[in-house]
Amino acid sequence: MSIINYMSNAAMPIIILLIIIYGLVEKNKVFDSFLIGAEEGIKIVLKIFPTLVGLFVAVGALRSSGILDLVIGLMSPVINVLQIPSEIMPLALLRPISGSASLAVATDILEQYGVDTSIGLIASTIMGSTETTLYTIAIYTACVGIKNIRFVLWAALIADIVGMIASVVIWRFLGV
Amino acid sequence: MLNFIWPAFIIVSFVYAFLSGNIANVNNSIFESTESAVQLSINLLGTICLWNGIMEIATKTSMIAKLTNLLQPIIRFLFPEIRKNDKVKKEISMNIIANLFGLGNAATPTGLKVMKTLQKDNPKKDTLTNSMAMFIVINTASLELIPTTVIAVRSSMGSQNPTQILLPVWFATIIALITAIILTKIFIKRSK
Repeated sequence: MSIINYMSNAAMPIIILLIIIYGLVEKNKVFDSFLIGAEEGIKIVLKIFPTLVGLFVAVGALRSSGILDLVIGLMSPVINVLQIPSEIMPLALLRPISGSASLAVATDILEQYGVDTSIGLIASTIMGSTETTLYTIAIYTACVGIKNIRFVLWAALIADIVGMIASVVIWRFLGV
Repeated sequence: MLNFIWPAFIIVSFVYAFLSGNIANVNNSIFESTESAVQLSINLLGTICLWNGIMEIATKTSMIAKLTNLLQPIIRFLFPEIRKNDKVKKEISMNIIANLFGLGNAATPTGLKVMKTLQKDNPKKDTLTNSMAMFIVINTASLELIPTTVIAVRSSMGSQNPTQILLPVWFATIIALITAIILTKIFIKRSK
């Protein structure tokens, strides 16, 4: 654990250090390059801000209206067939939509059912092995003004579901 | 696609809130949501500028070229249509590297850069190319080697073994990633 902790603390400083030293060794004007890149960063944030506002309001409404709980209730027969514990369904539904909301829900699940119980382990595994799919698709397409995303949403969501089922199956296989 | 999903989310939840008498909650959530969008953007602004700057330094060195060479066979398989474009190959490598090392704040700006570069060669500016589609799908799978956030949460909540989830996470990630790549390849073939 302490090695993993150390690694995760050291990864970013090491990478920044390596890149700057590499740049100096190859005699680049590193600060000029830094400024050019950082300026572009401002443009990126400005460009994705409207998307963020829109999505946050929609997802906030889904949660606060209680419709999410209703959908989870309706899906329980399917959930039972797939052997997904119904306790983690809020996480499974929110994960592709919102990173901060799903982290909040995951923390809530860990608190209620225990960190090292099968539900806690499955929830942690889902959290660690999936991404905020909808957010990623939205900002990657918004930044270049793309409207037609073809099959991308389906491919990504099916992969997410497969990943979540794999998270459940592996823990069942390990006998937790 | 968001032209359908976004209004659907809002209409369904607002109507349901009216019917279930939950409208006060929804009303509050509207303002909370816009506030957290502002908060996230402010938090992002610093890290995105920093990483964009650092990555700009890196692209001007031979370091990325060396890592790109290592990733060459994989990139060739995933993106057969960008054979000649060395700039975008470099940027894709940087994005994959940032993802692997869990530099979430660096992965997004490098990813957006790739999208900008790919867009230059896009004949239909409002539609994703095959390469763009594959690139986005890969980015929606979590490539992170060490899921630091979850491990941090687990250890802060008193887990006996916070890193117990590492192998299962890798297993689930690889299964999901392979599914994503196969599906995308199939969809691309079928759309020809």
